[in-house]
Amino acid sequence: MGLLRLEFFLGVAALLFCTGLYGVLTRRNAVAVLMGVELMLNAANLNLVAFNRFVPSTTAAAGATPLAGQAFSIFVITVAVAEAAVGLAIIISLYRNFQHINVDDVNFLRW
Amino acid sequence: MVDYAFLIPLLPLLAYVVGIALGPQLRNWAHYVSIGAILAAFAMALGIFAETFSARAPVHDSVLWATYGSVPVRMGVYLDHLTAMMLVVVTTISLMVQIYSTEYMHGDRRYSRYFAYLSLFSAAMLGLVLADNLLLMLVCWELVGLSSYLLIGFWFEKPSAMRAAKKAFVVTHFADLGFAFGLYLLFAHTQSFDFATILSAHSVEAMPKALAGLVGLLLFCGACGKSAQFPLHVWLPDAMEGPTPVSALIHAATMVAAGVFMVGRMYPIFEHGHIAIVPFSLIGIDTTLGIVACVGAVTTLVAATIGIVMTDIKKVLAYSTVSQLGFMMLGLGVGGYTAGLFHLMTHAFFKALLFLGSGSVIHGTHTQEMWEMGGLRKKMPVTFATFMVGYLALSGFPLLAGWWSKDEILLDAWNDWRVFFWIAAFSAFLTAFYMTRLMALTFFGSPRNPEVHAHESGPAILGPLVFLAVPSVLVGFWGYNHGFAHYLHLPGEALPEFNPTVALIGSAAGLGGLGAGWLVFGRGVPSTALLARLFSPLYTLFRNKWYIDELWWNGVVVPLFLVADLCAWLDRWVVDLTVNAVAWLTQRISGLCRLFDTHVVDGAVNLSGWLTGGTGELLRRLQTGRIQNYLMVIVLGVLALLAFVR
Repeated sequence: MGLLRLEFFLGVAALLFCTGLYGVLTRRNAVAVLMGVELMLNAANLNLVAFNRFVPSTTAAAGATPLAGQAFSIFVITVAVAEAAVGLAIIISLYRNFQHINVDDVNFLRW
Repeated sequence: MVDYAFLIPLLPLLAYVVGIALGPQLRNWAHYVSIGAILAAFAMALGIFAETFSARAPVHDSVLWATYGSVPVRMGVYLDHLTAMMLVVVTTISLMVQIYSTEYMHGDRRYSRYFAYLSLFSAAMLGLVLADNLLLMLVCWELVGLSSYLLIGFWFEKPSAMRAAKKAFVVTHFADLGFAFGLYLLFAHTQSFDFATILSAHSVEAMPKALAGLVGLLLFCGACGKSAQFPLHVWLPDAMEGPTPVSALIHAATMVAAGVFMVGRMYPIFEHGHIAIVPFSLIGIDTTLGIVACVGAVTTLVAATIGIVMTDIKKVLAYSTVSQLGFMMLGLGVGGYTAGLFHLMTHAFFKALLFLGSGSVIHGTHTQEMWEMGGLRKKMPVTFATFMVGYLALSGFPLLAGWWSKDEILLDAWNDWRVFFWIAAFSAFLTAFYMTRLMALTFFGSPRNPEVHAHESGPAILGPLVFLAVPSVLVGFWGYNHGFAHYLHLPGEALPEFNPTVALIGSAAGLGGLGAGWLVFGRGVPSTALLARLFSPLYTLFRNKWYIDELWWNGVVVPLFLVADLCAWLDRWVVDLTVNAVAWLTQRISGLCRLFDTHVVDGAVNLSGWLTGGTGELLRRLQTGRIQNYLMVIVLGVLALLAFVR
């Protein structure tokens, strides 16, 4: 077993999440921000799958499927795809209007 | 015919309404409406007179008018012999005056309105005569006053006419207060206005003598105003400012007759009343009738003396009317109910004749001053002849109308109190005297003013003159052998025996006046200048109309003005001052309020706005518009929450 323990996966996922969060918070390029969001979503996916693998199902009696974690992660991937599509559409629209995609300069929604 | 008596006043009233409403359209045809109406009324009056001539019981017919509390007030006609007689007199004279006016007023700019007013005047008087209760009588009485006001002031462009109309209105209405109070008093006692009720022997007997006296006195006060009794006669001579036919109407039929008629109508109450009041009680008079006689005697004497010295032909006739009205009141007062009313009737005819005659003279000469006339006998023969008839009738020339009625009054005065008799006889003498003066100055002698080119009037003026001359001669014979007294018949009235002494003195007074007048003004012996010097204080007194106008002016009008001035002063310095002070205070208080409003209320509102704005200014700096800032805050918040939850 060694390294392949739940804590290892959680650690990797946390690292991935923080990397994504950092990217989201610090990058000025909208595409990079979107990429950060993807990283954070995938960190969540990693968690879901890891918990499905290592935590015994206590809710089987209640009718839950043994593959609930994997199912959720599939959903998240789907949502991520949709989100990326919408996000990229916004970015393209942004670019058409401002000829750049620098999120710092897109602050016209304030007062 | 009797059942339709109510139409008699309504027809002229209708003519009035039509005349006023359609005046501009009718224009010079207006008189057809009025004359048609009065002609119909005249015919009906004659019919009723003939129909009721031998009937005794009065006709009484009424409809419900109003209800005061639980007392129903009815309105209707009360038609006895007095009414029937008055209807004929009033309609006859109204008809004559209206026919006469078609020529006299020809071309006047308010021709149609003039005839409408004449109709109203006749309607009011006919209503007054026919009224079956005191309230309706008062209503018509006031309408008579109103129409006289309108007609006296008909040429209101003249300030003097305007003043005369105002004076007539104010004086008669001042007197009408007495009528109104008498009416209230009588109603309070009898709970009825109906003549049939209040004048029944039973009702009159049940009334305390003092109350009857007071009621009679108050009613007589109203009659004094309308019938121009001393000292309220001042309006009548001034009323000469109206058109002359109107004067004829006022003096003969519609205005001054009302007062005498009212006293005649209410005679049982006057007879019953006892009242002692200064100054009459000082000479031992304590009955209402005594007071009536006293006032009448003073009036007839005062007016006759003024008549002697007037130089305006209409003024002489006006004072003559006042004097004759005093004569009638004197007759009524000394118990001559039929005598007074007989004189009212005869006088109506010959006074209307005289006034219309004087109108003809004025129409022909364009002046009213007798000193500018003279010698008109040849130039206006018809006017002269008819005027002569009226003059002799008024002066009491034997067998003419005035002689009969004056004789009856003198007879009653003789039997009552001799002082009244001598006053009346002297007044009759003066009447004949000043009327002779009028005749001599106007028709005899030679023209004094070459500027005056007299001409005879047209047929519409002469027709009525000739028509009225007939009753002026003949109507007196009705008095023969108490014929009129039997017709009018007041229950319980004792008819005096014929007294040759009285007849002799009466006729002598009239003829003596004629003779004296002829000597002085026809022959100039003694000359008028000598007489004026001889009786210089009296002459001055008469010329100034006994200073009665001045008495009223200084005794009543000026004090009233002073009171008015005082009221004005109080109004200005007390009421206005208070009002202004209140206004000033209000202004100051509202100034304070404004300060509070601008600085405290508005200040608070502005402060709250400023605070909100300032806070917003501060807080909006948090909104950077940068998503990453917000996300940063969210992350920090989540971290803080995590730290907190654990």
